[in-house]
Amino acid sequence: MELLQLLIYGVVLGSVIALGAIGVSLTFGILGFANFSHGDLMSVGAYIALVFFTTLSWPLWIALPIAMIAAAGLAVVIDRSLYRWFRGRQTVILLISSFGVALILRALVQMIWGPDTITYQTGIQMPYRFAGLRIRPDQVTILLCCVALVVAVHLFLQRTKMGKAMRAMADNPNLARLSGIDTERVILWTWILGGGLAGAAGVFLGLDTRLHPEMGWTLLLPIFAAVILGGIGKPYGAIVGGLVIGIAQEASAYVISPAYKPAVAFAILVIMLIFRPTGLFAGRSVV
Amino acid sequence: MELAGLLTYGIFFLTLVGIYGLLALGLNVQWGYAGMLNIGVAAFFTVGAYTSAIITTAASSGHLGGFALPVPVGLLAAMFLSGVLALAIGLITLRLRSDYLAIASIGIAEIVRLVLKNEGWLTGGVRGMAGIPRPFQGWIPGYDALLFLALVVFCVVLIYWANERAWRSPWGRVLRAIRENEAAARAMGKNSLVFRLQAFVLGAVVMGLAGALYAHFVRFISPEAFNPLFATFLVWVMLIAGGSGNNRGALLGAFAIWAVWSVTEIMVTRLPEDLVTRAGALRVLLIGVLLQVILLVRPQGMLPERPPRRERQEE
Repeated sequence: MELLQLLIYGVVLGSVIALGAIGVSLTFGILGFANFSHGDLMSVGAYIALVFFTTLSWPLWIALPIAMIAAAGLAVVIDRSLYRWFRGRQTVILLISSFGVALILRALVQMIWGPDTITYQTGIQMPYRFAGLRIRPDQVTILLCCVALVVAVHLFLQRTKMGKAMRAMADNPNLARLSGIDTERVILWTWILGGGLAGAAGVFLGLDTRLHPEMGWTLLLPIFAAVILGGIGKPYGAIVGGLVIGIAQEASAYVISPAYKPAVAFAILVIMLIFRPTGLFAGRSVV
Repeated sequence: MELAGLLTYGIFFLTLVGIYGLLALGLNVQWGYAGMLNIGVAAFFTVGAYTSAIITTAASSGHLGGFALPVPVGLLAAMFLSGVLALAIGLITLRLRSDYLAIASIGIAEIVRLVLKNEGWLTGGVRGMAGIPRPFQGWIPGYDALLFLALVVFCVVLIYWANERAWRSPWGRVLRAIRENEAAARAMGKNSLVFRLQAFVLGAVVMGLAGALYAHFVRFISPEAFNPLFATFLVWVMLIAGGSGNNRGALLGAFAIWAVWSVTEIMVTRLPEDLVTRAGALRVLLIGVLLQVILLVRPQGMLPERPPRRERQEE
């Protein structure tokens, strides 16, 4: 029973990781670098929602889209002002630059909102109970929103021309370029999609736990693990990977000290790197 | 400030520049020579510091210890354990693309931090470890700090000399070849994994030494001081600002960036209390922006990489 309870928490955490991992997987596939600033972009989204949701007491369904749009806009601004100039140079330069961007974003959050933990809403929520299992109303909201967003991403990737171009480019950038795809436009939309989902993931993470300037950074390792598990450049793989990592992290509390939850993601990452570095769904070759 | 105070601060400042210089030299072997992205410098620095601290402190109820061995043994053990950790990570990740090393090294740094905080029996947890001995204590009364600076300078000179020799040696040439074109290096019959592994482990050993020296210098260590920001990010900015692939650049970068960091710290401490934490974030922001500017404007750093003299003449 306790394991079943942990499974529920795992699915909630896993959906948040999955939302973050879709963006990382796409940018990794399309631009060829592991984006270390993605976690902190999530934090920014979470704190922007704080302004509208808590300070102005607007409803969540307005605060959430605002946070998503702001995070998407920020991702585009970062790309236009920095990452664009590094294209054509070694991709590791992009990685180092994104590492610096991560610190800049975190410092900004800390300067504006301070270093302490904050919650969206004070007070204790009564969890729903059924058959001895508990789930908080917030967590139901998170799950429903995540499912809706994933369905929207699926429709976008399958039905729109831009979605198809994005998948093609994530799969093989050179081939996509040769077949006449406007790569700069695809890159722009990838940042909009990845940034928007990162903003949403940050809001959900804040809703599930609390807000802290390092909240996104600490989730970065599980997100990378999910991306590698699902295969680089595979958005659907990232979703599955996110759920697996989330469930594994929460279920591990059954066996080991909860303080070592992040180590579980790392263990899965290492096992994947040793035995199947292309991911479960055979993503990009990594050698 | 009177002269004596200024002198004390100067010694303090230069000792830390030396320790950061060692970190930058270690990273230069990994990144500058061989192009390996280690974003977990903090892990090796931490392991070095705690290993030497545990080995040299007297018995304490707060953490593992009581070996009270001499400081040189502590330094050697710190270098050894950092090297072993690097070997383990390297074996897993060095055959893959460099991004994976970056991700895995972040993971290792994160786990080292978790162990630090949660395994109180080993490390003293968040309370940290106190009473770490400083060598030369009382040899010449009043000159402890200066003698310690001499030790740090000796280590820096030694590692700099070794790095320079490695740069000119065939070994360094193979590393550069692998960095520039791995397929070509392999076609010449070089086992790229073995060379990379050697460079990665050697760099980590130097980082472990820096960590141990740091522990004996500050004499009290706690997880707070091993924040990835100080131990990883600053070192990267130092190496890139100074010039990756250039050992003098690495040292110059350590000096310049540590000077910027210290000056902003002095400015921040003058601010009113409630602004200090936010101004601390502003310092991080400035260093982050500085890194982007360097990457955009002068990616080769202040002192760019230069091939050894003999190769230059052949050109």
